[in-house]
Amino acid sequence: METHQVVVIGAGPGGYRAAFMAADLGLQVTLVDPQPNPGGVCLYRGCIPTKALLHLAKVKEEALKASAWGLTFEEPTIDRAKVKEWKESVVKQLTGGLGQLTKARKINYIKGWAEFEDANTLNISSYSGEGLREDQKIRFQHVIIATGAVPIKLPFISGYTSRIMDAERALELEFIPGHLLVIGGGYIGMESATIYKALGSRVSLVEATPGIMPTMDEELVKVFWKQNQNLFEETLFNTKVTGLKEENGKVFATMQTTDGQTIEREYDAVLLSIGMKPNTSTLALEKAGVLLDERGFIKADAQGRTNVPHIFAIGDVVGGMLLAHKASYQGRVAAEVIAGQKSAWDARAVPAVVYTEPEIATAGLSEKECQEQGISYRTVKFPWSASGRAVATGDPAGLTKLIIEDGTERVLGAGIVGKNAGDLISEAVLGIEMAARVSDIALTIHPHPTVSETIMEAAELYHGTPTHIAPPKKK
Amino acid sequence: MKREVKLPEIADNVVSGYLSRVLVKVGDVIQKDQSVIEIETDKAATDIPSPHGGKIIDIKVNAGDEIRVGQTILVLEDAATEPAAAPVTHEQPVQPVQPIQPIQPIQPVQPVQPIQPVAPAKPVEIVAEVNKSTHPPIHLSTGVSVPASPSVRRFARELGVDITKVKGSGKNGRISDEDIKAFAKSLITNAVPSSPMEFAAVPDFSQWGPVEILPMSRIRQITAESTVKSWQTIPQVVQFGKADITDVEKFRLASRTQVEKAGGKLTMTAILLKVSALALKQFPKFNASVDMKNRQIVMKSYIHIGIAVDTEQGLLVPVVRDVDRKSITELSVELAGIAERARNRKLTSEEMQGGNFTISNLGGIFGTAFTPIVYPNQVAILGVSKASTEPVYQEGAFVPRNVLPLSLSYDHRLIDGADGARFLGWICTALEQPFTTWL
Repeated sequence: METHQVVVIGAGPGGYRAAFMAADLGLQVTLVDPQPNPGGVCLYRGCIPTKALLHLAKVKEEALKASAWGLTFEEPTIDRAKVKEWKESVVKQLTGGLGQLTKARKINYIKGWAEFEDANTLNISSYSGEGLREDQKIRFQHVIIATGAVPIKLPFISGYTSRIMDAERALELEFIPGHLLVIGGGYIGMESATIYKALGSRVSLVEATPGIMPTMDEELVKVFWKQNQNLFEETLFNTKVTGLKEENGKVFATMQTTDGQTIEREYDAVLLSIGMKPNTSTLALEKAGVLLDERGFIKADAQGRTNVPHIFAIGDVVGGMLLAHKASYQGRVAAEVIAGQKSAWDARAVPAVVYTEPEIATAGLSEKECQEQGISYRTVKFPWSASGRAVATGDPAGLTKLIIEDGTERVLGAGIVGKNAGDLISEAVLGIEMAARVSDIALTIHPHPTVSETIMEAAELYHGTPTHIAPPKKK
Repeated sequence: MKREVKLPEIADNVVSGYLSRVLVKVGDVIQKDQSVIEIETDKAATDIPSPHGGKIIDIKVNAGDEIRVGQTILVLEDAATEPAAAPVTHEQPVQPVQPIQPIQPIQPVQPVQPIQPVAPAKPVEIVAEVNKSTHPPIHLSTGVSVPASPSVRRFARELGVDITKVKGSGKNGRISDEDIKAFAKSLITNAVPSSPMEFAAVPDFSQWGPVEILPMSRIRQITAESTVKSWQTIPQVVQFGKADITDVEKFRLASRTQVEKAGGKLTMTAILLKVSALALKQFPKFNASVDMKNRQIVMKSYIHIGIAVDTEQGLLVPVVRDVDRKSITELSVELAGIAERARNRKLTSEEMQGGNFTISNLGGIFGTAFTPIVYPNQVAILGVSKASTEPVYQEGAFVPRNVLPLSLSYDHRLIDGADGARFLGWICTALEQPFTTWL
């Protein structure tokens, strides 16, 4: 049996980063994934296709806004087939590019599913051109599990259809439903709602908690919510879905509020986005002796090592923030550790972005986390209504806030809501990682006129000297 | 009774450590074997247990200090003198303290167990979560407390430096690569105080037959290193001589009881100690040190002489201070105490420092002559072999005399052959005809 030096299972952003890094460090790498090219959920059915469609939504929204400024377009028309084609071309281009990079690194790419036989052997099953299943057993010195996460299903759903979809299925754009119910008000629900709204659907929301995006900074969510009053036709908070029935091209939903009321509604389709769970069911981890935590995520240490020392796990499958860039960093660390480097998870700030309109982005510690950790801090907030660029581009409702530690005056966290907040947040991430003090940001020249100035002005606010808003009263 | 708790040998090759945490405070009543401090060396972090129980009356060290093996950590007072101290059971959850009974007569103190040398504490590996023992420990610096950039944090990890221990030299304590390097360097120099010696690898002896590998004890290492240093830096000459000690031996046997009354044992070593002190006064160059770096000679106006003592653990060389100012009786008493403490490993490192000259007496064992090695930073050593009865030609006839073979190794950088011969000759004469030397 052939022995492979490093096998990476799963070619999402964590897996392919690990594979590429390991190869660049001189290791022989085998990468196993069911798709023809690397990319994983992120490129095939997640980040990238949603961003392509959200871009359309944004263009449409901007065009509509522009009529208030004297530029009026005709009512936009949606060519679903063409939208789908464009989205698929984006995916194809990017995954194809990754395929070429895999070849260029001489990585042995196996299109198939991996399953543990024991702690040193994998069985990899793949399907030939004729659809015949072929199994091959390989031995490995190190393995990196990067199989990610899958959407949680509601217990009464047997499988997804074109009308009862998860967020991945919804990206197939099989049809544009007249009225869509989004189940779950997290960031995936919000992004999916934004897309379908732009495509012409009426969208409603049902959420089990009292509000949307419960883990996000409330203040930022409030700014978003104020600008998205028309996103949903109906919002049902404190409400759970208890039954879904597909009949005659309609989906009948039965829902129950926390105070016991039953609600029944009829939709053209529903979209489930109630959370993700680790994707471990097909791996036969028990044969390798790899332990899971109480929520089913693989237990791994700061180097990505599981309880079996030569088996590593990274990305969504180990829990924490289920984000591609977190997985990618962990993938890099695991590869470096296997190559003998003294690498470890050492990030102070993992940025998180909701790609709605406006975008919401956070990094570092939240106010809540500071309070929990007993850190004394002060926040400074700069409203975008005082930013020339934000006003000139029709986005005056945004907000930039920084969380500054008392005493050290170091930037511990940041939150931005507004256009392109996800691109703006990187400056704060760098600041937090570099242990920047608030004056470091205040004393850095920012280009004018840009929205990035709001970060500088928020920093200046800390010492009471902002330019574009009145300084706070001295106590 | 007060006792000092000193840092025991932590592990081979480790002479000092970095005190990361003090686990007790003044006033605490501790049990024997209870951990009192946490020490970090470049290899591991380990808790140091106290070899005695008692109440802590003073703590001599602080977190962040570098502590050397043998250094006093804290001072204990026997808890037995504290009737109110509630017994704390080691390793068990602390029981609710019983109401203290009104003044009890103090119980007779339990016979104190003979103090065991502290077993080297097992190094404890710092490992992250599920990862156990199979991988080297790695220092992580997550959290927001360290003002350092990601690349500096990575650099610290690569060097195995715990960045939270590093003091940054930048504004507001910002840590740079240079700070990490300096810290790593200080760890290395602290771990090996003398300039580290490089030694060639030995062949694999097991190719010729079965072998067993033993660790080198600390004493062995010190002896090995200091003799190598001496051999490499001191050009040594050995002068041999014989002293007729028939009369001295008569005097020794006659005065024995008097010295015994004072609590000492009159040995040839004690006599040689006194004679050597007189010789060093007469020939001050032999009491000097050579400072080649500054091209200087250090003349010393004190006379401290080291005595090589053979112990189970290896060679120890305690130093007797101000030998010239002490009588032979006083020296005998002192030697008896030193010898006992050397054998019980009770000598402090201070007691083994500061010697100007050394006496190595193998006379109790065997031999007609040997060539001792001069101690680093000294210039001469007197070797004493076994005395025997020899025919000596005196006044026209051979007579049986008790003759002691002596050898003097000296540093030719400072002492020439004639000086060496004169010095040893002076000692022999002093032993044979003490008055001539005072003429």
